[in-house]
Parts: sequence; structure tokens; C-alpha cells
Amino acid sequence: MKQNFSQILRQTARETPERIAIYLLLNRLPDRAITFGELMCGSAGYSHALAAAGVRPGEVVVLILNHSEDLVYAFYGAVLHGAIPAIMPFLTEKLSPDYYRASLAALFEITSPAAVITYPEFVEEVGVAGSAIRSVLVSSQVSPTVKPDYSDREVFAGLDRSPDDVVLLQHSSGTTGLQKGVALSHKAVFNQIESYAEALRLISDDTVVSWLPLYHDMGLIAGFIMPILKRIPLVLMSPFDWVRAPYKLMQAISNYHGTLCWLPNFAYNFCAQKVRPRDLEGIDLSSLRAVINCSEPMHWKSHQAFLERFQPWGLRPEALATCYAMAENVFAVTQGGLDKPVTQDRIDQHALLTRQAAEPAQDDRLAVGLLSAGRPIRNTRLRVLDANGQDLPDRRVGEIALLSDCMLTGYYHRPDLTEKAFLDGWYLTGDLGYLAGGELYITGRKKDLIIVGGKNIYPQDLERLANEVEGVHPGRVVAFGIFDEQAGTEEVVVVAEVDDEDIGRTEHDGRTEHDSLEQGKADAIAEEIRQRVTRGSDVALRYVKIVGRNWLLKTSSGKIARQANHDKYLQETAL
Amino acid sequence: MTENLTETIIQSLSQYIAAEILRQPKRKIDAQEPLISSGLIDSFHLVDLALYVEDTLGVHIDDTELNADTFDSLNQLAALIQQRQ
Repeated sequence: MKQNFSQILRQTARETPERIAIYLLLNRLPDRAITFGELMCGSAGYSHALAAAGVRPGEVVVLILNHSEDLVYAFYGAVLHGAIPAIMPFLTEKLSPDYYRASLAALFEITSPAAVITYPEFVEEVGVAGSAIRSVLVSSQVSPTVKPDYSDREVFAGLDRSPDDVVLLQHSSGTTGLQKGVALSHKAVFNQIESYAEALRLISDDTVVSWLPLYHDMGLIAGFIMPILKRIPLVLMSPFDWVRAPYKLMQAISNYHGTLCWLPNFAYNFCAQKVRPRDLEGIDLSSLRAVINCSEPMHWKSHQAFLERFQPWGLRPEALATCYAMAENVFAVTQGGLDKPVTQDRIDQHALLTRQAAEPAQDDRLAVGLLSAGRPIRNTRLRVLDANGQDLPDRRVGEIALLSDCMLTGYYHRPDLTEKAFLDGWYLTGDLGYLAGGELYITGRKKDLIIVGGKNIYPQDLERLANEVEGVHPGRVVAFGIFDEQAGTEEVVVVAEVDDEDIGRTEHDGRTEHDSLEQGKADAIAEEIRQRVTRGSDVALRYVKIVGRNWLLKTSSGKIARQANHDKYLQETAL
Repeated sequence: MTENLTETIIQSLSQYIAAEILRQPKRKIDAQEPLISSGLIDSFHLVDLALYVEDTLGVHIDDTELNADTFDSLNQLAALIQQRQ
């Protein structure tokens, strides 16, 4: 069966034009039910606009739009035209426009998009970032709906795409200037969805509820593409609205009898802590058959907090599920829960740290509990490799490698990165973990990656920003994440060495010796670092420690040792 | 009287934001300092601020109002609160 996205969408719209594809929930507006018929007409408007702008099949179209009907139609309109959509995050209040522009420029340079679709007020920004872009389309000027005439293959060239062609780009975060666009083929996405639907035992009575951003694999695949291709109703709300009113997610699940919902770990804590009882009155969460924890390290305590908060409102304990996923495999690699409760493995912390061995704990005081990410989905095989690329036995920690029929085509326009990511056809994830009883447990990351609220942050980017602050000794800055149990996610810490020797001395001598003038200088530098990092990276930096010369530990090769400094910081702050 | 009340509200908000949101209890927040547009309070904490205002000052701020257009500084937030008290 050779098919592509456009053929499936056309078939769905022909067979079930009145069926609801998406319930779009927007603030201050009544919920909007979009049928498959309307989805195709709305999208066709964008296909026409792209064709008129001279965008050719196989060219990239970058979408910079908020959660809206426009974003939905622009995405599928690009697909129907045979172009390759790539959804990018919108500029937030927190981020400085200069840094946003720089990261857009870096993305445009690698991806060379033929067109960008955005809002009128953003056109100038796009023009500054990418002078080579052929056309910038303004969403408000695109004809809203057109009845598609599929015989017009100039416009609906998507119907003629091969299953092996790239259908979309998903930008995994990378350090600034090194944006990686994960290119996925029609076939890879279909294979993922078939296999993942089996693992979920997806049925036509399911309803997916999602507030996740669409520029991230979890939101894009689980919370946007899979339900639409599988004809499962999708209740879609904006991450912008959810973060200000997490109760609206619960109300949406209750109103639409949602059965499936994906959340990053921090969202379990966030929902449990920030929903008022009065906003839950009358709601019923018993329709949920899986709330799936995915995209950042998963914690049993977060599950417990969520369950305690929402069990009185009908949440079933067996609904708590887990998943390990990555854009390079389209989305899911493993799925845990659903047919049985998620396994918690209690292992010996000492053996884990010293011998990379996951041994069942004999003494509960030395135990660390890990939530299972479940079993690989049908089409995905896993291996755990040592540093030499050799297979490790069960319960030994190594790098997770995977092989499947839904792998990325490559990092778009980055053959160098694509080549480095594979070992004999196996994709090297950079994540560390072990297998036990056929289930996968993730223990950490090979790279110094910080995950804040499901978002990947590279410490190098933050260090570069902090380095720009006057008074900081060049190159003597380290950034790392520390787990915040209450928030259920990592908090970023920056430790910076300063040139002023007096500041350094007061830091070491304890509070009574503090010279208030020097303390004032240290505070000013810390504040400047907070502002620079927050504005330049979209990460709210809270913890800055200003230290004297030679506080930071280096590796034998002279590099700043992140893990060692992380440990030193924790020791000092615990005193 | 009103001025005193405004002062009290601003002080209470300032202490809460510094200690609970910024985690820097000694941080002084100027009454005119932009809070939202500057990124000082990020989106994850806007709901905390709304809950605090409701629980301690009895004023409801709707989630759709949690943006820099409604209020951006302590002065503006205090004015909004007093209007509704």
C-alpha cells in the first residue's frame, strides 16, 4: 500500500466529511468544532496561496503562528501542496527579540525555506532574519476556505508525493546556530502511527486531549497528527492558555470525555499544585484511560501527586502511563502502563553510581526508584551499548540505541550530523538506561543536557550568555540542572567566577566578614547574569552563584567539569 | 489612607514574588519595574501570582488577564486589586 498524507486526508474527507477532526479551544471564544470537510477546505486555502507564491513541492515552509485555526490549516495546506511544513515557536515575552532573530536566522540559513507563513506584525522580523526567503505569507491575507479541486495538481501536488519523500520537519532543540531539523518521511510517520496505535490499543471511541506545543514531537505527533490520520477526535488547547489555567485541561477532558492525554513530568506537579478546588466542581476524569508521562525524566512522586489530587475527581490509578520518545523515531520508542500498572524498579543507588549496574536494592534506605518506560513498540528494537558499542546484558547501564522502520530520513541539510548519529544503522540516542524484564529504564543522559519543563536546554548556550556579563572571568562559568522535586523538573543553576578578588574572598569567608560593598557588586553581577540568560534563552534563571577565582573544577584536559561542579554546588548549598 | 493601602499591597506582593517566585528573598522589586514584559515573572508562575492575590487579598484575576496588557508592574497590579476590592 503506497500512500501519502494527502491521499489519506482526501479519503477521510470523502468518507466522513461531517466527522469532527478537531475541537479547538480558545480563550474568550466558544469551542470550535472543525469537521474533516472543513479541515480540507481551510487547508486548501493555504495550498492555493503557496502555489500562487511559487512554492514548489519538496520545498520547506516555516510556520510561525500561535495555536489557532490558521496554524492547523497552514500545516495541512503545506502538506496538500507537497511542501514540507516546519512549525517554529512564536516569540515569547520573556525572550529578547535579538536572540529570537538570531536563532531564526540560523534556522533559515540551514533549512533555506522557500516561504514563511506568519502574522502581519511579524513580517518585518522574518525579513530581518532571513533575506533569502522567497516569500512571506501573511495568514490574514490567505483566503480562508476553498473547496478543493484535487484534479488541480499544481496546487494539490501533495497527492503525488512518494511515501519516501519527506513530509515534515520537526526541529529538535539544539544549541544556537546548530538547529537540527529532523526530516521525517510519509512512510516513517505512518509506520510509527500504526505501531504506536497498537501499543495504545487505539479505538475509534478514543478522544485525545492536548495542550502541547506543535513544534515539539509529543504535541505534533501524539497531539496533532496521529489523531487526525486515525480519525480520532482531537481536543486542542493552547499551551499559552494551559499554563495560565491548568484547570482548563481537566475541564476539557471532562467535557469531551477525553481518553488519552500526554504530559511532560512537570505538568503532573503543575496541575496537582495549581488547580483550585472550585474549578474542579462537577468534573469527571473517569473517561481517561491513559495519562502518558513523556519527554522529560519521569518521577513516581509526580504520578502520586497527580493521582492524589485528581482521584477524587474520577482519575483511575491504572490510567497513569509512561512513554520514551524522540523525534528521530517520529515519536514513541516504548510505552509503559495501559495493560498493567507502570513498574517501579527499586535499585541500589551505590551500584548504579559506581558500577553502572541496576541491581535490585537490598536496603531500602539506599534505594532509588525508577519508573519503567515500558516495552518497545512493535516496530522498534532496542539495544544498550557500552562505550565501545558492544551490547550490555540486562541491568547494565549503557547508551540506548534503536532501530526501526520509522526512523528519520536525516537531519535536514546536515549529512554530517546524520552520519554521526548512527552506528551500523542503529540510531544512538545519547540517553543512558538499562533493560530489565523486557522493559526500558532511563537513568540519565550522555550529553550535558538540561531538561526544563520538557524543553531541552544546552548548558553551553547559557554559559555563553553569562560570559558576556562584565566582571565574569572569561570562560569561567558553568551551567547545570538540579532536580526540583516540588516542580517535578530541573531548575537551572549558573556558577560564575568573577575577576574581582574581593568578591571572591567575601564569598568564601562567610556572612559575618562580608563587605557590603563587595556583596553589592556580586549581587549586581548575579542579577545581570539572570537577565541575560533569561532574555537570551527563554529559560527563567533563578539560581546564580558568584564565586571567587579557582572555585570551578576543571577536567584533566582543562575543560570546566559540569558534573563535578554540580556536585560541589550541591554540597556547598546543603551546608 | 489609600496611599498607605497601596503601599501595603505592593509590599506584600513584592515580598511574595521575591521569595516564592524569584527565590531571592532579599531582592527588591521596584513598583514600576516591568514584571511580565521583562520576563522577570515567567509564564509558569503567573498562575501562582493569581492564586496568591485571590487567597490573600480576595481579588480574582482571570487567567485571560494574566498578561502584560492587564498589568506589568506592581503599581498597576495594586491599582487593579484596589479597583476590585
